[in-house]
Amino acid sequence: MYMHNNKGKNLQIDATDHVAPGGLLSRRLFLNSALATTAALATTRAAYGQEDMVGEGQEDWTLYPGSDALEYGERSRFEVDRVRRTAGPGYQNEEFASLRTIVHRARTPHQDLMGTITPSGLHFELTHHGIPDIDPEQHAVVIHGMVKQPLKYNIEALENYPTITREHFLECSGNSLALWSEKPQEWNLQRMHGLLSGSQWTGVPLSTLLDECGVSPDAKWIIAEGADSGSLSRSIPIDKALKDSMIAIYQNGERIRPGQGYPMRLFNPGYEGNTSVKWIRSLHVTDRPAMSRFETSTYTDKMPDGKALQFTLEIDVKSMITRPSNAMSLKKHGLYEITGLAWSGKGKIDRVEVSVDGGKTWAEAALEGPIQSIMLTRFRIPWLWQGEPAILQSRAIDEFGRVQPSRSELVEARGTKGTYHYHGYQSWGVGTNGKISNVYT
Amino acid sequence: MYMRKTLIIAGLLMSTQMGVAQESRFGVPATQADIDKRFWSVFPDGEFLPEGEGNVAEGAELFEYNCNLCHNYPDENDPNKNAIGKLFGGHETMGTDNIDRTIGSYWPHPTTVFNYIRRAMPLIAPMSLTNSEYYSLTAYLLHENGIIGENDVINKDTLPKVQMPNRDGFVNAYPDIPEKYRTKQ
Repeated sequence: MYMHNNKGKNLQIDATDHVAPGGLLSRRLFLNSALATTAALATTRAAYGQEDMVGEGQEDWTLYPGSDALEYGERSRFEVDRVRRTAGPGYQNEEFASLRTIVHRARTPHQDLMGTITPSGLHFELTHHGIPDIDPEQHAVVIHGMVKQPLKYNIEALENYPTITREHFLECSGNSLALWSEKPQEWNLQRMHGLLSGSQWTGVPLSTLLDECGVSPDAKWIIAEGADSGSLSRSIPIDKALKDSMIAIYQNGERIRPGQGYPMRLFNPGYEGNTSVKWIRSLHVTDRPAMSRFETSTYTDKMPDGKALQFTLEIDVKSMITRPSNAMSLKKHGLYEITGLAWSGKGKIDRVEVSVDGGKTWAEAALEGPIQSIMLTRFRIPWLWQGEPAILQSRAIDEFGRVQPSRSELVEARGTKGTYHYHGYQSWGVGTNGKISNVYT
Repeated sequence: MYMRKTLIIAGLLMSTQMGVAQESRFGVPATQADIDKRFWSVFPDGEFLPEGEGNVAEGAELFEYNCNLCHNYPDENDPNKNAIGKLFGGHETMGTDNIDRTIGSYWPHPTTVFNYIRRAMPLIAPMSLTNSEYYSLTAYLLHENGIIGENDVINKDTLPKVQMPNRDGFVNAYPDIPEKYRTKQ
């Protein structure tokens, strides 16, 4: 049969292209260069009956000189509604309540984004005590406790060190928490999964600074504290700090923004976001955790037996479909690309499988390289939708063979009262009318 | 030949890295004042708890003045609920799978109360009270949760000894989540 893809080009699909029931097609189809190429715009030139200006019919932006470059570039004025604080019905109320408690949340609009790097201005932010306005000249981090020599570093000192640059995701452990709810909540993609972003981070390996201070062999934990008005504090295992933590000073090539910890933040790759303490100013080396508020009363997961899991630090293997999702609807029958993001706090994504029949059958999606450790990985697979009801799901498998669990598998192991660390499937139900909603299977 | 070249390059890299490591020492000695300004943590065993002492009556007065406005602010949808989460009660929910996370029903360590409120509260004026006043607020919060008596005093010796009802309610998930709570796959 012949179908039009959304670029208007003809595409021949035969039986061998179907890789699973329900319209999932071979991912090779989207790798086909003929399909990937945008059809050249058909340009028509009216025949001029008389001598006219040659620019007749051109748009104004072609006919008039453009504006000068800005000191700091902006998005197109047609893109300004792609922002972090418009996450759908009920969302504004939540923000209003949050203003009183100074827990600010700004969520990444994954429905609007492609690739794996989140623009710095759209990176999620969750702050428990607001964003401090820090003068870098007056800020420094001290490393002290079980060390030979306590040392102090300001931004100028940190700039002297050889830096490392890594692309990593950052996820709040409260991301996707509505999926713990016993009945599906109609939170849209952004509100549901927007406490997740991907960035390129540049900084000084924490191990370099710890070596310089001379860490005691008996050290087991580091207590990190920020300079915000709650002096936010978390205990970090020393093994993690020595393995791959960094004091990050740049994000996506420029100095970290205030909402991300300017002028310096701790960054613990693959750990729940709250541990990557922003505005870092104290690292106390010790042999036990401090049992701070955010590792006891918050970010601990209540289990069905009444106990609570504490120090669930590493983000598990997880994925979600971003398009199509409930931030949109399917307007017509035809060919769609199912795309989304997969990530693991332990390492690389090995593969992602997609189902359109609620998990009965699965097909492997194509991964967009380079696949990086502890970073978002984009997956995609073509899907022919001819109006039948469908349930779209993705599941990720990481390089260690860890498989993302279904929601029911996760609920069976941990109940529904955990609040944090949801990493089961996201299921998008597609109705015959093309409407998409959050569903459970 | 290939091996030799690799070895030479590796040798060069190593000497370069060592050279850099030797030169890369830019931290300046931190004074005790540098540390005290930035380090606010106290530990469950009482380490780093400051001098000073507080009691329930003074705590009640301080609470009224500094905390009540937010912590008794009713929820817009349900006036029986607190808009920013409960501080008291919830004992009846303990042992169930739907614990109200209050200091009395959920917090495992008494030192965390002092640790948190001294660094972060009152919300619009953190660190604006004295250590004794923070001890008093801690005493009031523990008393209102039915954990200490109304004449008990709280200081660096008594606070770590307070027994929290949910002290044994937590399971360590680092480095691995216990088998019992793992998904099948």
